[in-house]
Amino acid sequence: MSINMAEFHQVFFEESHEHLESMEQLLLALDLDSPDPEELNTIFRAAHSIKGGSGIFGFTALTSVTHVMENLLDKTRKGNFELNSSVIDLLLRTVDTLSHILNLYREEEPIDWQEVEFSKNQLVAALNGESFSTASASSGAAVVASQGDVESAVTSKTAVETPPESNTDEGFGFFKDDVELALATESDGYGFFDEAYIAKEITVDDLHPKGSESAVTKADAELSDDELGFGFFESLTPEAEDTPLVDDISQSAAEASVKANGNDDQPTATTNTTSTTRTTAPKTQTAEVEANKTDGVKVVTATTTKTDVPVKTPAAAKKAAPPSSDSTLRVETSKIDSLVNLAGELVITQSMLTLIGNELGGEVGERLKTALNELERNTREMQEAVMSVRMLPVSFVFNRFHRLVRDLSDQLGKNVNLVIEGGNTEIDKGMIEKLVDPLTHLVRNSLDHGIEKPEKRIAAGKPEMGTLSLKASQRGGSIVIAVHDDGGGLNRDRILQKARENGMAISDNLPDKQVWQLIFAAGFSTAAEVTDVSGRGVGMDVVRKNIEALGGRIDIDSVTGQGATFEIQLPLTLAIVDGMSVSTGNQIYILPLVHIIESIQPQRDQLKFLANEQLIKVREEYLPLLNLHELMEIDSHAQTPEEGIVVLLESNNKRFGLCVDGLVGQQQVVIKSLEKHYRRIPGVSGATIMGDGSVALILDVESLALHVNN
Amino acid sequence: MSKKILIVDDSAAIRQMVEATLKSANYQVVLAKDGQEALDICKGQGFDFVLTDQNMPRMDGITLIKSLRTMSAFMRTPIIVLTTEAGDDMKNQGKAAGATGWMVKPFDPQKLLAITAKVLG
Repeated sequence: MSINMAEFHQVFFEESHEHLESMEQLLLALDLDSPDPEELNTIFRAAHSIKGGSGIFGFTALTSVTHVMENLLDKTRKGNFELNSSVIDLLLRTVDTLSHILNLYREEEPIDWQEVEFSKNQLVAALNGESFSTASASSGAAVVASQGDVESAVTSKTAVETPPESNTDEGFGFFKDDVELALATESDGYGFFDEAYIAKEITVDDLHPKGSESAVTKADAELSDDELGFGFFESLTPEAEDTPLVDDISQSAAEASVKANGNDDQPTATTNTTSTTRTTAPKTQTAEVEANKTDGVKVVTATTTKTDVPVKTPAAAKKAAPPSSDSTLRVETSKIDSLVNLAGELVITQSMLTLIGNELGGEVGERLKTALNELERNTREMQEAVMSVRMLPVSFVFNRFHRLVRDLSDQLGKNVNLVIEGGNTEIDKGMIEKLVDPLTHLVRNSLDHGIEKPEKRIAAGKPEMGTLSLKASQRGGSIVIAVHDDGGGLNRDRILQKARENGMAISDNLPDKQVWQLIFAAGFSTAAEVTDVSGRGVGMDVVRKNIEALGGRIDIDSVTGQGATFEIQLPLTLAIVDGMSVSTGNQIYILPLVHIIESIQPQRDQLKFLANEQLIKVREEYLPLLNLHELMEIDSHAQTPEEGIVVLLESNNKRFGLCVDGLVGQQQVVIKSLEKHYRRIPGVSGATIMGDGSVALILDVESLALHVNN
Repeated sequence: MSKKILIVDDSAAIRQMVEATLKSANYQVVLAKDGQEALDICKGQGFDFVLTDQNMPRMDGITLIKSLRTMSAFMRTPIIVLTTEAGDDMKNQGKAAGATGWMVKPFDPQKLLAITAKVLG
């Protein structure tokens, strides 16, 4: 009998991550003054489940941390332990640590036992009412008190050490009324309450109330004493006798180390705390959550000042229970990706058929057309259905920010209220993952540079509490995500000054919109002081790169004294783009619709040359012109711009015109990556297969913009 | 006719592990993810052995055992309760509810098969 435990690991990892996520959400939403017992129970059960599973699968680091966490949560749930905001902080940090350990196991990386010990000791200290650090476990400066326990937990995999408790490898057994025996089985981790399994004189009938005999299962009928032969363990397989159980040993090692008194050494080096002095006075923290299920608006208020009077509202945010395993099915993303790809191929094949069908006349041709129309509708619907499988509500990203806002506003001594809207807007899973970093940066930026400190807000006649909102919505064929804060807005003068310091030649009357775009330049930072949060001058350029890599763009709107909005526009999916096909020479190119302002047939008087650069005058504005045939190094039919068409394009930081021979039409195209077969080509983001089977390159407007001189 | 066993645990990973283990020994296995689901299943069929976790959403193991013991078909069915609790508290609750025995998590496949063999004779 060999059961390969590894095949269940993946399921365990996924389950545990879900538990940790729900734990974090619940901890953040917990009303400290009157915690909901049901919520406490759910938090406890999450820790309990991770402990149970990790024990079975031998992930001892997880077991040892969740064991103490469970103790603390159990006491809390029974009302024997007072929750306060610093304990919640500690539990949140523990969730982070567990998440980290879980990933290490998942990636099969070595476990950081120092981190495990530190996290455990912190919890033990909290349990004993001692002081514990406010640093994160990853600080690495934790003094490992019970190094020996760690050693034994590690080595128990290979060498068998005498476990601290008399653990055998049984793990089950029969309970007896005889106290001594009961105690003996106690350490074996099993027992029977039913004497029928042990005592020979007692029959089954004596133990059960007289019930309907007909319903007695066959198993009971077979439970004759002779057959049972239960004494202690003699019926166990020798195998099981002799093989020491890693789980048991490490479990007891873990428990022993839990019993070891946790130290409360304060680590000296910390990674996540500010260099600024933190107020050590006790703070009141209230976390209120109001959830409105219909429009997905969530408001979480985290107040972190002493002066604040906690407002009590019933915590109405009940997270919908995760769908049960009956109604959901876990599928590898790669399988869905191949479906998406196949559906795309099908769309292409279908448009080829349509082209051929158009050449057929007569009655057969008519019938074929009808059938092809039907096919087109079906393939479209199928493609949409397959795409929708990859879609996830954007709240998957948004909900992470409750924690970030809470921790950061605390750290920065600011009052911030996070508002989330449109969390149920759906977005491609691949994008969700890539959105986390840029959004995190924007949120940090708004908290650090946007929203002012309470005293400054009051002086400016604003409410003491700042508001940071994350909104998602669908606008036509794109998803719009806006990060808005009601802080001081961007500082025009400082940005201009900084830009000049960086050696940019900038006129004073540059429009606001273009001034804001300057902050996306690499190495740009206007933070007066470098804080831990941001202001190191990295990031905004990376944010823009990430968004552009997703085929999106980012705009800034800012009003001095009233706040700033960073708006991200993204295509609905990474697999299909709404495009305009244009022709130059004998080639067809696709321009993503999101970047097109308009197309014009230029008149001679609109065209100007300035210092060897061709410009086009559109509504009193001169825009630079690029020739597509020059960029692609092919011949074009149109010799001059006025013989062809100029497509006005808008990239993230500039507008320009692109000269092409003509417009072919607007269509949705399936994006195929070129990089599998060729290296990346500047100016081209991918390719698609047209209805006639020819290949058309999809142009990358952002990289075309680089050809425009400033 | 192979013996039929009901496994009740809210962790899918553990359910799958237990299922694979017992099926490898040719037992029939039915899975339930919480007490409520187990109870619904038990209203329609009998089992030779029930193995249930304690702490589960919707309905915990203790409530499940109590409910099962009121059903004639389950009055004598061996029920083993899984527990990670170190103290006697949970065990005594299990005993009071009418459990046949208890088994501590973590356990490995061999331990599981050994106790199953003992219970089913």
